[in-house]
Amino acid sequence: MADVQPIVKVEGLNAWFGDVHAVKGITIDFLPNTVTALIGPSGCGKSTFIRCLNRLHEEIEGASASGRVVVENNDIYGAGVDPVRIRRKIGMVFQKANPFPGLSIFENVAAGLKLAGIRRRSLLQDVVRRSLEGAALWDEVKDKLHQPGTSLSGGQQQRLCIARALAVEPPVILMDEPTSALDPISTAKIEELMLSLKRRTTVIIVTHNLQQAARISERTAFFLLGEMVEFGDTTQVFTVPKQKKTEQYITGRFG
Amino acid sequence: MITGHLTPFLEARDTRRRVSNLVACGTLTFLSGVAIGALFLVFGYVLYRGFPAINWAFFIETPRPVGEVGGGLANAMVGSLIILLLASLLGIPWGILTGVYLSEYGRGRLGSAVRFCSDMLSSVPSIVIGLFAYALLVVPMKHFSALAGSVALAVMMVPTIARSTEELLRLVPNHIREAGLALGVPRWKVILLIVLRGNLSAILTGVMLAIARASGETAPLLFTALNSRFLSWRVDQPIASLPVQIYTYAIAPFDDWHRQAWGGALVLVVFVFSLNLLARSVIRPKMTRD
Ligand SMILES: Nc1ncnc2c1ncn2[C@@H]1O[C@H](COP(=O)(O)OP(=O)(O)O)[C@@H](O)[C@H]1O
Ligand SMILES: [Mg+2]
Repeated sequence: MADVQPIVKVEGLNAWFGDVHAVKGITIDFLPNTVTALIGPSGCGKSTFIRCLNRLHEEIEGASASGRVVVENNDIYGAGVDPVRIRRKIGMVFQKANPFPGLSIFENVAAGLKLAGIRRRSLLQDVVRRSLEGAALWDEVKDKLHQPGTSLSGGQQQRLCIARALAVEPPVILMDEPTSALDPISTAKIEELMLSLKRRTTVIIVTHNLQQAARISERTAFFLLGEMVEFGDTTQVFTVPKQKKTEQYITGRFG
Repeated sequence: MITGHLTPFLEARDTRRRVSNLVACGTLTFLSGVAIGALFLVFGYVLYRGFPAINWAFFIETPRPVGEVGGGLANAMVGSLIILLLASLLGIPWGILTGVYLSEYGRGRLGSAVRFCSDMLSSVPSIVIGLFAYALLVVPMKHFSALAGSVALAVMMVPTIARSTEELLRLVPNHIREAGLALGVPRWKVILLIVLRGNLSAILTGVMLAIARASGETAPLLFTALNSRFLSWRVDQPIASLPVQIYTYAIAPFDDWHRQAWGGALVLVVFVFSLNLLARSVIRPKMTRD
Protein backbone atom coordinates (compact mmCIF):
# COMPACT_ATOMS: atom_id res chain seq x y z
CA MET A 1 0.00 0.00 0.00
CA ALA A 2 2.97 2.27 0.52
CA ASP A 3 3.18 3.41 -3.09
CA VAL A 4 -0.44 4.62 -3.29
CA GLN A 5 -0.85 8.37 -2.83
CA PRO A 6 -3.33 9.30 -0.11
CA ILE A 7 -6.43 11.20 -1.25
CA VAL A 8 -6.81 12.97 2.09
CA LYS A 9 -3.84 13.95 4.24
CA VAL A 10 -4.42 15.40 7.70
CA GLU A 11 -1.55 17.10 9.52
CA GLY A 12 -1.72 18.38 13.06
CA LEU A 13 -5.46 18.93 13.15
CA ASN A 14 -6.87 20.58 16.27
CA ALA A 15 -10.49 21.43 16.96
CA TRP A 16 -12.14 23.37 19.72
CA PHE A 17 -15.60 24.13 21.05
CA GLY A 18 -14.88 27.48 22.62
CA ASP A 19 -12.11 26.59 25.08
CA VAL A 20 -12.75 22.85 24.99
CA HIS A 21 -9.97 21.18 23.05
CA ALA A 22 -11.89 18.28 21.49
CA VAL A 23 -9.44 17.09 18.81
CA LYS A 24 -5.74 17.21 19.57
CA GLY A 25 -3.07 17.26 16.89
CA ILE A 26 -4.30 14.45 14.67
CA THR A 27 -2.07 13.36 11.79
CA ILE A 28 -3.47 10.65 9.54
CA ASP A 29 -4.01 9.92 5.87
CA PHE A 30 -6.68 8.15 3.87
CA LEU A 31 -6.06 6.07 0.76
CA PRO A 32 -8.30 6.27 -2.30
CA ASN A 33 -10.94 3.59 -2.77
CA THR A 34 -10.62 2.21 0.72
CA VAL A 35 -12.74 2.21 3.86
CA THR A 36 -11.09 3.62 6.97
CA ALA A 37 -12.84 3.13 10.31
CA LEU A 38 -12.52 5.49 13.25
CA ILE A 39 -13.26 3.84 16.57
CA GLY A 40 -13.15 4.94 20.18
CA PRO A 41 -15.37 5.54 23.18
CA SER A 42 -18.15 8.15 23.17
CA GLY A 43 -16.98 11.72 23.46
CA CYS A 44 -13.42 11.02 22.26
CA GLY A 45 -13.77 13.43 19.34
CA LYS A 46 -14.53 11.14 16.38
CA SER A 47 -17.50 13.18 15.16
CA THR A 48 -15.68 16.44 15.70
CA PHE A 49 -12.73 15.09 13.76
CA ILE A 50 -14.63 14.03 10.66
CA ARG A 51 -16.69 17.20 10.73
CA CYS A 52 -13.41 19.05 10.32
CA LEU A 53 -12.75 17.16 7.10
CA ASN A 54 -15.60 18.92 5.28
CA ARG A 55 -15.39 22.11 7.36
CA LEU A 56 -18.79 21.51 8.88
CA HIS A 57 -17.33 21.80 12.39
CA GLU A 58 -16.95 25.57 12.07
CA GLU A 59 -20.69 25.99 11.44
CA ILE A 60 -21.28 25.44 15.15
CA GLU A 61 -21.22 28.68 17.09
CA GLY A 62 -17.92 29.15 18.91
CA ALA A 63 -16.25 26.19 17.18
CA SER A 64 -12.86 26.50 15.52
CA ALA A 65 -10.19 24.32 13.97
CA SER A 66 -6.55 24.58 12.91
CA GLY A 67 -4.10 22.42 11.04
CA ARG A 68 -3.80 21.13 7.49
CA VAL A 69 -6.26 18.92 5.64
CA VAL A 70 -5.05 18.27 2.13
CA VAL A 71 -7.67 16.83 -0.21
CA GLU A 72 -6.47 16.01 -3.72
CA ASN A 73 -3.47 18.29 -3.18
CA ASN A 74 -5.42 21.32 -1.91
CA ASP A 75 -5.34 22.40 1.72
CA ILE A 76 -9.00 22.91 2.56
CA TYR A 77 -7.99 25.14 5.47
CA GLY A 78 -5.82 27.26 3.17
CA ALA A 79 -6.39 30.99 2.84
CA GLY A 80 -9.27 31.98 0.58
CA VAL A 81 -10.74 28.49 0.33
CA ASP A 82 -14.54 28.50 0.13
CA PRO A 83 -15.96 25.86 2.52
CA VAL A 84 -19.07 25.55 0.37
CA ARG A 85 -17.02 24.25 -2.56
CA ILE A 86 -15.10 21.89 -0.30
CA ARG A 87 -18.32 20.28 0.87
CA ARG A 88 -19.29 19.44 -2.68
CA LYS A 89 -16.20 17.23 -2.91
CA ILE A 90 -16.63 15.60 0.47
CA GLY A 91 -20.01 14.07 1.08
CA MET A 92 -21.42 13.27 4.47
CA VAL A 93 -23.89 10.81 5.94
CA PHE A 94 -25.07 11.45 9.48
CA GLN A 95 -25.93 9.27 12.43
CA LYS A 96 -29.61 10.09 12.21
CA ALA A 97 -31.09 9.78 8.73
CA ASN A 98 -32.04 13.32 7.73
CA PRO A 99 -33.90 13.45 4.42
CA PHE A 100 -35.27 16.91 3.66
CA PRO A 101 -38.85 17.02 4.97
CA GLY A 102 -41.51 17.88 2.43
CA LEU A 103 -39.30 16.90 -0.49
CA SER A 104 -39.94 13.79 -2.54
CA ILE A 105 -37.48 10.93 -2.86
CA PHE A 106 -36.50 12.28 -6.26
CA GLU A 107 -36.08 15.83 -5.05
CA ASN A 108 -34.03 14.69 -2.08
CA VAL A 109 -31.51 12.94 -4.29
CA ALA A 110 -31.50 15.72 -6.89
CA ALA A 111 -31.19 18.53 -4.31
CA GLY A 112 -27.40 18.88 -4.44
CA LEU A 113 -27.30 19.13 -8.23
CA LYS A 114 -30.38 21.32 -8.56
CA LEU A 115 -29.04 23.84 -6.10
CA ALA A 116 -25.72 23.84 -7.91
CA GLY A 117 -27.69 25.10 -10.92
CA ILE A 118 -28.22 21.92 -12.92
CA ARG A 119 -31.69 22.03 -14.41
CA ARG A 120 -31.73 19.54 -17.27
CA ARG A 121 -34.44 17.04 -16.47
CA SER A 122 -32.91 14.14 -18.37
CA LEU A 123 -29.57 14.59 -16.64
CA LEU A 124 -31.19 14.83 -13.22
CA GLN A 125 -33.25 11.70 -13.86
CA ASP A 126 -30.12 9.89 -14.90
CA VAL A 127 -28.16 10.92 -11.83
CA VAL A 128 -31.04 10.18 -9.46
CA ARG A 129 -31.34 6.70 -10.86
CA ARG A 130 -27.62 5.99 -10.74
CA SER A 131 -27.32 7.36 -7.20
CA LEU A 132 -30.25 5.31 -5.94
CA GLU A 133 -28.77 2.24 -7.60
CA GLY A 134 -25.43 3.05 -6.01
CA ALA A 135 -27.17 3.22 -2.64
CA ALA A 136 -28.97 -0.11 -3.28
CA LEU A 137 -32.35 1.59 -2.99
CA TRP A 138 -33.52 1.89 -6.58
CA ASP A 139 -35.56 -1.32 -6.74
CA GLU A 140 -37.43 -0.44 -3.58
CA VAL A 141 -38.39 3.09 -4.59
CA LYS A 142 -38.44 3.24 -8.38
CA ASP A 143 -42.26 3.21 -8.46
CA LYS A 144 -42.69 5.91 -5.83
CA LEU A 145 -40.05 8.50 -6.58
CA HIS A 146 -42.54 11.28 -5.98
CA GLN A 147 -43.54 10.25 -2.50
CA PRO A 148 -41.99 12.11 0.39
CA GLY A 149 -38.53 10.94 1.44
CA THR A 150 -39.73 10.86 5.03
CA SER A 151 -42.31 8.18 4.18
CA LEU A 152 -39.57 5.53 3.90
CA SER A 153 -38.44 3.23 6.72
CA GLY A 154 -35.43 4.20 8.84
CA GLY A 155 -32.99 2.00 6.94
CA GLN A 156 -34.33 3.19 3.59
CA GLN A 157 -34.07 6.80 4.71
CA GLN A 158 -30.43 6.28 5.56
CA ARG A 159 -29.79 4.77 2.14
CA LEU A 160 -31.67 7.71 0.62
CA CYS A 161 -29.22 9.98 2.42
CA ILE A 162 -26.34 7.98 0.99
CA ALA A 163 -27.85 8.35 -2.48
CA ARG A 164 -28.22 12.09 -1.91
CA ALA A 165 -24.55 12.31 -0.99
CA LEU A 166 -23.50 10.17 -3.98
CA ALA A 167 -25.43 12.33 -6.45
CA VAL A 168 -22.81 15.07 -6.47
CA GLU A 169 -20.13 12.40 -7.03
CA PRO A 170 -17.81 13.29 -4.18
CA PRO A 171 -14.39 11.62 -4.22
CA VAL A 172 -14.66 11.20 -0.44
CA ILE A 173 -17.65 10.30 1.74
CA LEU A 174 -17.71 10.76 5.51
CA MET A 175 -20.07 8.63 7.57
CA ASP A 176 -20.74 9.31 11.22
CA GLU A 177 -22.14 6.14 12.81
CA PRO A 178 -24.52 5.66 9.89
CA THR A 179 -26.00 2.42 11.21
CA SER A 180 -26.14 3.07 14.94
CA ALA A 181 -29.88 3.86 14.80
CA LEU A 182 -30.77 0.95 12.50
CA ASP A 183 -31.91 -2.63 12.93
CA PRO A 184 -29.49 -5.49 12.09
CA ILE A 185 -30.96 -6.16 8.63
CA SER A 186 -30.72 -2.53 7.54
CA THR A 187 -27.24 -2.42 9.03
CA ALA A 188 -26.16 -5.45 7.02
CA LYS A 189 -27.51 -3.85 3.84
CA ILE A 190 -25.56 -0.67 4.44
CA GLU A 191 -22.36 -2.56 5.27
CA GLU A 192 -22.67 -4.46 2.03
CA LEU A 193 -23.30 -1.18 0.27
CA MET A 194 -20.14 0.36 1.71
CA LEU A 195 -18.03 -2.40 0.25
CA SER A 196 -19.38 -1.59 -3.21
CA LEU A 197 -19.03 2.16 -2.64
CA LYS A 198 -15.27 1.75 -2.45
CA ARG A 199 -15.15 1.30 -6.19
CA ARG A 200 -16.33 4.86 -6.79
CA THR A 201 -15.23 6.76 -3.72
CA THR A 202 -13.23 6.79 -0.51
CA VAL A 203 -15.11 6.08 2.70
CA ILE A 204 -14.21 7.38 6.15
CA ILE A 205 -16.56 5.94 8.73
CA VAL A 206 -16.99 6.48 12.44
CA THR A 207 -18.42 3.45 14.14
CA HIS A 208 -19.24 2.32 17.61
CA ASN A 209 -19.44 -1.22 16.46
CA LEU A 210 -16.06 -2.96 16.49
CA GLN A 211 -17.28 -5.95 14.49
CA GLN A 212 -18.48 -3.53 11.86
CA ALA A 213 -15.09 -1.85 11.70
CA ALA A 214 -13.45 -5.25 11.37
CA ARG A 215 -15.85 -6.37 8.63
CA ILE A 216 -15.73 -3.39 6.33
CA SER A 217 -12.53 -1.42 6.76
CA GLU A 218 -9.00 -1.80 5.47
CA ARG A 219 -7.53 0.49 8.06
CA THR A 220 -8.63 1.49 11.52
CA ALA A 221 -7.77 4.44 13.74
CA PHE A 222 -8.38 4.33 17.49
CA PHE A 223 -9.22 7.64 19.18
CA LEU A 224 -9.15 8.38 22.89
CA LEU A 225 -9.73 11.70 24.64
CA GLY A 226 -9.25 13.69 21.46
CA GLU A 227 -6.02 11.99 20.49
CA MET A 228 -5.29 9.25 18.01
CA VAL A 229 -3.76 6.39 19.95
CA GLU A 230 -3.19 3.95 17.14
CA PHE A 231 -3.62 3.73 13.39
CA GLY A 232 -2.89 0.78 11.14
CA ASP A 233 -4.24 -2.07 9.05
CA THR A 234 -7.53 -3.23 10.50
CA THR A 235 -6.36 -6.83 11.00
CA GLN A 236 -3.28 -5.67 12.81
CA VAL A 237 -5.17 -3.23 15.06
CA PHE A 238 -7.68 -5.88 16.02
CA THR A 239 -5.29 -8.85 16.38
CA VAL A 240 -1.95 -7.43 17.47
CA PRO A 241 -2.55 -3.85 18.67
CA LYS A 242 0.66 -1.99 19.40
CA GLN A 243 -0.77 0.14 22.18
CA LYS A 244 -1.93 -1.11 25.55
CA LYS A 245 -4.92 1.29 25.43
CA THR A 246 -6.07 -0.10 22.09
CA GLU A 247 -5.91 -3.62 23.40
CA GLN A 248 -7.90 -2.70 26.48
CA TYR A 249 -10.55 -1.02 24.33
CA ILE A 250 -11.01 -3.78 21.79
CA THR A 251 -11.09 -6.44 24.44
CA GLY A 252 -13.88 -4.50 26.08
CA ARG A 253 -12.09 -3.44 29.23
CA PHE A 254 -13.38 0.15 28.90
CA GLY A 255 -15.50 2.34 26.63
CA MET B 1 -50.23 3.12 50.55
CA ILE B 2 -52.59 5.50 52.30
CA THR B 3 -52.89 4.80 55.96
CA GLY B 4 -56.39 4.78 57.49
CA HIS B 5 -56.32 7.92 59.60
CA LEU B 6 -55.57 10.17 56.59
CA THR B 7 -58.50 8.94 54.52
CA PRO B 8 -61.19 11.45 55.72
CA PHE B 9 -58.88 14.39 55.02
CA LEU B 10 -58.05 13.16 51.57
CA GLU B 11 -61.70 12.57 50.76
CA ALA B 12 -62.59 16.10 51.85
CA ARG B 13 -59.89 17.43 49.59
CA ASP B 14 -61.24 15.29 46.76
CA THR B 15 -64.71 16.77 47.10
CA ARG B 16 -63.37 20.28 47.22
CA ARG B 17 -61.26 19.63 44.16
CA ARG B 18 -64.23 18.23 42.27
CA VAL B 19 -66.34 21.27 43.06
CA SER B 20 -63.67 23.80 42.07
CA ASN B 21 -63.02 21.80 38.94
CA LEU B 22 -66.69 22.00 38.03
CA VAL B 23 -66.80 25.76 38.63
CA ALA B 24 -63.68 26.40 36.57
CA CYS B 25 -64.90 24.21 33.73
CA GLY B 26 -68.31 25.85 33.73
CA THR B 27 -66.86 29.36 33.65
CA LEU B 28 -64.53 28.53 30.79
CA THR B 29 -67.28 26.86 28.79
CA PHE B 30 -69.57 29.83 29.32
CA LEU B 31 -66.95 32.38 28.27
CA SER B 32 -65.92 30.51 25.15
CA GLY B 33 -69.61 30.05 24.37
CA VAL B 34 -70.04 33.82 24.50
CA ALA B 35 -67.07 34.31 22.16
CA ILE B 36 -68.45 31.83 19.65
CA GLY B 37 -71.91 33.35 20.03
CA ALA B 38 -70.50 36.80 19.26
CA LEU B 39 -68.89 35.48 16.10
CA PHE B 40 -72.16 33.95 14.90
CA LEU B 41 -74.10 37.04 15.87
CA VAL B 42 -71.79 39.32 13.90
CA PHE B 43 -71.80 37.07 10.87
CA GLY B 44 -75.55 36.48 11.07
CA TYR B 45 -76.33 40.18 11.34
CA VAL B 46 -73.99 41.13 8.48
CA LEU B 47 -75.59 38.42 6.39
CA TYR B 48 -79.10 39.64 7.28
CA ARG B 49 -78.35 43.27 6.49
CA GLY B 50 -75.96 42.73 3.58
CA PHE B 51 -77.67 39.99 1.63
CA PRO B 52 -80.46 42.18 0.15
CA ALA B 53 -77.79 44.40 -1.43
CA ILE B 54 -76.08 41.53 -3.21
CA ASN B 55 -76.93 41.15 -6.88
CA TRP B 56 -75.04 40.96 -10.12
CA ALA B 57 -74.84 44.73 -10.56
CA PHE B 58 -73.30 45.04 -7.11
CA PHE B 59 -70.24 43.21 -8.37
CA ILE B 60 -69.87 44.72 -11.84
CA GLU B 61 -71.08 48.32 -11.55
CA THR B 62 -69.43 51.36 -10.02
CA PRO B 63 -71.26 53.82 -7.75
CA ARG B 64 -73.99 55.96 -9.32
CA PRO B 65 -74.03 59.73 -8.80
CA VAL B 66 -75.40 60.89 -5.45
CA GLY B 67 -79.18 60.55 -5.27
CA GLU B 68 -79.47 57.81 -7.90
CA VAL B 69 -80.41 54.40 -6.54
CA GLY B 70 -78.46 51.28 -7.65
CA GLY B 71 -74.96 50.75 -8.91
CA GLY B 72 -72.34 48.62 -7.24
CA LEU B 73 -68.97 48.42 -5.58
CA ALA B 74 -66.88 46.97 -8.40
CA ASN B 75 -64.42 49.84 -7.96
CA ALA B 76 -63.88 48.98 -4.30
CA MET B 77 -63.54 45.24 -4.88
CA VAL B 78 -61.06 45.67 -7.72
CA GLY B 79 -59.25 48.32 -5.68
CA SER B 80 -58.98 46.07 -2.63
CA LEU B 81 -57.62 43.24 -4.76
CA ILE B 82 -55.02 45.50 -6.39
CA ILE B 83 -53.92 46.97 -3.07
CA LEU B 84 -53.71 43.53 -1.46
CA LEU B 85 -51.85 42.04 -4.41
CA LEU B 86 -49.26 44.78 -4.38
CA ALA B 87 -49.02 44.68 -0.58
CA SER B 88 -48.43 40.92 -0.77
CA LEU B 89 -45.80 41.35 -3.44
CA LEU B 90 -43.91 43.65 -1.09
CA GLY B 91 -44.83 42.24 2.31
CA ILE B 92 -44.47 38.48 1.75
CA PRO B 93 -40.83 38.39 0.61
CA TRP B 94 -39.92 41.10 3.10
CA GLY B 95 -41.61 39.25 5.96
CA ILE B 96 -40.16 35.85 5.01
CA LEU B 97 -36.64 37.21 4.66
CA THR B 98 -36.94 38.99 8.00
CA GLY B 99 -38.07 35.72 9.60
CA VAL B 100 -35.16 33.85 8.01
CA TYR B 101 -32.76 36.48 9.27
CA LEU B 102 -34.16 36.31 12.80
CA SER B 103 -34.01 32.55 13.02
CA GLU B 104 -30.74 31.88 11.19
CA TYR B 105 -28.55 34.91 11.67
CA GLY B 106 -30.26 36.91 14.37
CA ARG B 107 -28.39 35.65 17.40
CA GLY B 108 -26.36 38.74 18.20
CA ARG B 109 -27.34 42.22 19.32
CA LEU B 110 -28.58 43.26 15.88
CA GLY B 111 -30.88 40.24 15.81
CA SER B 112 -32.41 41.13 19.17
CA ALA B 113 -32.88 44.69 17.96
CA VAL B 114 -34.65 43.53 14.80
CA ARG B 115 -36.84 41.16 16.80
CA PHE B 116 -37.73 43.92 19.24
CA CYS B 117 -38.57 46.36 16.43
CA SER B 118 -40.65 43.74 14.65
CA ASP B 119 -42.63 43.08 17.83
CA MET B 120 -43.09 46.81 18.38
CA LEU B 121 -44.17 47.28 14.77
CA SER B 122 -46.95 44.75 15.20
CA SER B 123 -48.36 46.79 18.06
CA VAL B 124 -48.18 50.19 16.34
CA PRO B 125 -51.74 51.44 15.71
CA SER B 126 -52.61 51.03 12.06
CA ILE B 127 -53.48 54.70 11.68
CA VAL B 128 -49.87 55.54 12.54
CA ILE B 129 -48.65 53.17 9.86
CA GLY B 130 -50.94 55.02 7.48
CA LEU B 131 -49.37 58.29 8.53
CA PHE B 132 -45.94 56.81 7.90
CA ALA B 133 -46.88 55.79 4.35
CA TYR B 134 -48.44 59.20 3.87
CA ALA B 135 -45.20 60.94 4.81
CA LEU B 136 -43.08 58.48 2.86
CA LEU B 137 -45.01 58.34 -0.41
CA VAL B 138 -48.02 60.60 -0.60
CA VAL B 139 -46.18 63.79 0.33
CA PRO B 140 -43.26 63.37 -2.10
CA MET B 141 -45.51 62.09 -4.93
CA LYS B 142 -47.93 64.93 -4.21
CA HIS B 143 -51.00 62.72 -4.58
CA PHE B 144 -52.72 59.75 -3.00
CA SER B 145 -52.07 56.39 -4.62
CA ALA B 146 -52.82 52.67 -4.46
CA LEU B 147 -49.07 52.18 -4.02
CA ALA B 148 -49.00 54.21 -0.81
CA GLY B 149 -51.89 52.13 0.56
CA SER B 150 -50.11 48.92 -0.40
CA VAL B 151 -46.92 49.98 1.34
CA ALA B 152 -48.90 50.73 4.49
CA LEU B 153 -50.56 47.30 4.41
CA ALA B 154 -47.24 45.60 3.57
CA VAL B 155 -45.67 47.16 6.68
CA MET B 156 -48.55 45.72 8.68
CA MET B 157 -48.03 42.26 7.20
CA VAL B 158 -44.30 42.03 7.81
CA PRO B 159 -44.27 41.33 11.58
CA THR B 160 -46.92 38.60 11.29
CA ILE B 161 -45.17 36.82 8.44
CA ALA B 162 -41.72 37.29 9.97
CA ARG B 163 -42.89 35.84 13.26
CA SER B 164 -44.57 32.81 11.74
CA THR B 165 -41.55 32.14 9.51
CA GLU B 166 -39.16 32.43 12.43
CA GLU B 167 -41.25 30.11 14.58
CA LEU B 168 -41.44 27.56 11.79
CA LEU B 169 -37.67 27.64 11.22
CA ARG B 170 -36.99 27.22 14.93
CA LEU B 171 -38.89 23.95 14.81
CA VAL B 172 -36.68 22.62 12.01
CA PRO B 173 -33.97 20.50 13.61
CA ASN B 174 -30.40 21.52 13.01
CA HIS B 175 -29.46 18.22 11.38
CA ILE B 176 -31.66 19.14 8.42
CA ARG B 177 -29.64 22.32 7.86
CA GLU B 178 -26.43 20.33 8.23
CA ALA B 179 -27.61 17.87 5.59
CA GLY B 180 -27.94 20.79 3.19
CA LEU B 181 -24.65 22.40 4.16
CA ALA B 182 -22.87 19.07 3.77
CA LEU B 183 -24.07 18.93 0.15
CA GLY B 184 -22.13 22.09 -0.58
CA VAL B 185 -25.12 24.42 -0.55
CA PRO B 186 -24.73 27.91 0.97
CA ARG B 187 -26.75 28.43 4.15
CA TRP B 188 -29.21 30.95 2.69
CA LYS B 189 -30.02 28.56 -0.15
CA VAL B 190 -30.46 25.69 2.27
CA ILE B 191 -33.02 27.74 4.17
CA LEU B 192 -34.91 29.29 1.27
CA LEU B 193 -34.81 26.49 -1.28
CA ILE B 194 -34.83 23.37 0.88
CA VAL B 195 -36.22 24.07 4.33
CA LEU B 196 -38.88 26.62 3.38
CA ARG B 197 -39.80 24.76 0.21
CA GLY B 198 -40.35 21.65 2.26
CA ASN B 199 -42.62 23.60 4.61
CA LEU B 200 -44.53 25.64 2.07
CA SER B 201 -47.93 24.91 3.56
CA ALA B 202 -46.91 26.24 6.96
CA ILE B 203 -45.47 29.39 5.40
CA LEU B 204 -48.65 29.81 3.39
CA THR B 205 -50.73 29.65 6.54
CA GLY B 206 -48.89 32.59 8.08
CA VAL B 207 -49.09 34.50 4.83
CA MET B 208 -52.84 34.02 4.43
CA LEU B 209 -53.56 35.04 7.98
CA ALA B 210 -51.53 38.21 7.41
CA ILE B 211 -53.43 38.97 4.21
CA ALA B 212 -56.75 38.29 5.91
CA ARG B 213 -55.85 40.71 8.64
CA ALA B 214 -54.63 43.39 6.22
CA SER B 215 -57.68 43.11 4.00
CA GLY B 216 -59.99 44.55 6.64
CA GLU B 217 -57.77 47.49 7.58
CA THR B 218 -59.35 50.89 6.99
CA ALA B 219 -57.20 53.37 8.87
CA PRO B 220 -53.96 52.85 6.90
CA LEU B 221 -55.84 53.46 3.64
CA LEU B 222 -57.72 56.61 4.61
CA PHE B 223 -54.98 59.03 3.64
CA THR B 224 -52.87 56.83 1.41
CA ALA B 225 -55.03 55.10 -1.18
CA LEU B 226 -57.86 57.50 -0.32
CA ASN B 227 -60.87 56.52 -2.41
CA SER B 228 -62.22 56.77 -5.93
CA ARG B 229 -65.67 56.56 -7.43
CA PHE B 230 -64.29 55.09 -10.61
CA LEU B 231 -62.94 51.72 -11.57
CA SER B 232 -59.16 52.16 -11.63
CA TRP B 233 -56.29 49.81 -12.28
CA ARG B 234 -53.52 52.34 -11.79
CA VAL B 235 -51.24 51.99 -8.82
CA ASP B 236 -50.08 55.61 -8.93
CA GLN B 237 -53.62 57.01 -8.56
CA PRO B 238 -56.09 57.09 -5.69
CA ILE B 239 -58.10 53.90 -5.59
CA ALA B 240 -61.20 52.62 -3.83
CA SER B 241 -61.13 49.78 -1.33
CA LEU B 242 -63.88 47.87 0.44
CA PRO B 243 -63.13 49.05 3.97
CA VAL B 244 -62.88 52.73 3.01
CA GLN B 245 -65.96 52.48 0.79
CA ILE B 246 -67.93 50.85 3.60
CA TYR B 247 -66.83 53.61 5.93
CA THR B 248 -67.78 56.35 3.44
CA TYR B 249 -71.18 54.83 2.70
CA ALA B 250 -71.98 54.02 6.29
CA ILE B 251 -71.62 57.61 7.49
CA ALA B 252 -73.49 59.10 4.52
CA PRO B 253 -77.17 60.05 4.98
CA PHE B 254 -78.61 57.86 2.18
CA ASP B 255 -80.49 54.62 2.77
CA ASP B 256 -79.31 53.08 -0.48
CA TRP B 257 -75.69 53.71 0.53
CA HIS B 258 -76.28 52.11 3.93
CA ARG B 259 -77.67 49.08 2.15
CA GLN B 260 -74.59 48.91 -0.07
CA ALA B 261 -72.28 49.39 2.91
CA TRP B 262 -73.78 46.24 4.48
CA GLY B 263 -73.37 44.46 1.16
CA GLY B 264 -69.72 45.48 1.07
CA ALA B 265 -69.28 44.33 4.66
CA LEU B 266 -70.71 40.94 3.76
CA VAL B 267 -68.32 40.56 0.81
CA LEU B 268 -65.38 41.53 3.03
CA VAL B 269 -66.35 39.16 5.84
CA VAL B 270 -66.82 36.26 3.44
CA PHE B 271 -63.41 37.00 1.88
CA VAL B 272 -61.66 37.10 5.26
CA PHE B 273 -63.41 33.97 6.53
CA SER B 274 -62.49 32.12 3.34
CA LEU B 275 -58.85 33.06 3.72
CA ASN B 276 -58.88 31.89 7.32
CA LEU B 277 -60.51 28.61 6.40
CA LEU B 278 -58.06 28.14 3.54
CA ALA B 279 -55.16 28.86 5.88
CA ARG B 280 -56.47 26.18 8.21
CA SER B 281 -57.01 23.60 5.52
CA VAL B 282 -53.45 23.78 4.22
CA ILE B 283 -52.08 22.72 7.60
CA ARG B 284 -52.69 19.11 6.85
CA PRO B 285 -50.80 16.76 9.11
CA LYS B 286 -47.87 15.23 7.28
CA MET B 287 -47.10 11.57 7.61
CA THR B 288 -43.60 11.40 8.98
CA ARG B 289 -41.75 8.39 10.19
CA ASP B 290 -38.52 8.64 12.09
N1 LIG C 1 -21.71 21.24 20.10
C1 LIG C 1 -20.79 21.04 21.06
N2 LIG C 1 -20.49 22.02 21.93
C2 LIG C 1 -19.57 21.84 22.90
N3 LIG C 1 -18.87 20.71 23.07
C3 LIG C 1 -19.12 19.69 22.23
C4 LIG C 1 -20.09 19.80 21.19
N4 LIG C 1 -20.12 18.62 20.51
C5 LIG C 1 -19.23 17.83 21.13
N5 LIG C 1 -18.61 18.46 22.15
C6 LIG C 1 -17.56 17.89 23.02
O1 LIG C 1 -16.46 17.52 22.24
C7 LIG C 1 -15.96 16.26 22.63
C8 LIG C 1 -15.95 15.32 21.44
O2 LIG C 1 -17.28 15.03 21.06
P1 LIG C 1 -17.63 14.16 19.77
O3 LIG C 1 -16.73 14.57 18.67
O4 LIG C 1 -19.08 14.30 19.52
O5 LIG C 1 -17.28 12.71 20.26
P2 LIG C 1 -17.65 11.31 19.61
O6 LIG C 1 -18.22 11.52 18.26
O7 LIG C 1 -16.35 10.57 19.56
O8 LIG C 1 -18.61 10.63 20.54
C9 LIG C 1 -16.83 15.78 23.78
O9 LIG C 1 -16.15 16.04 24.97
C10 LIG C 1 -18.06 16.63 23.69
O10 LIG C 1 -18.58 16.88 24.96
MG1 LIG D 1 -20.21 11.03 17.55
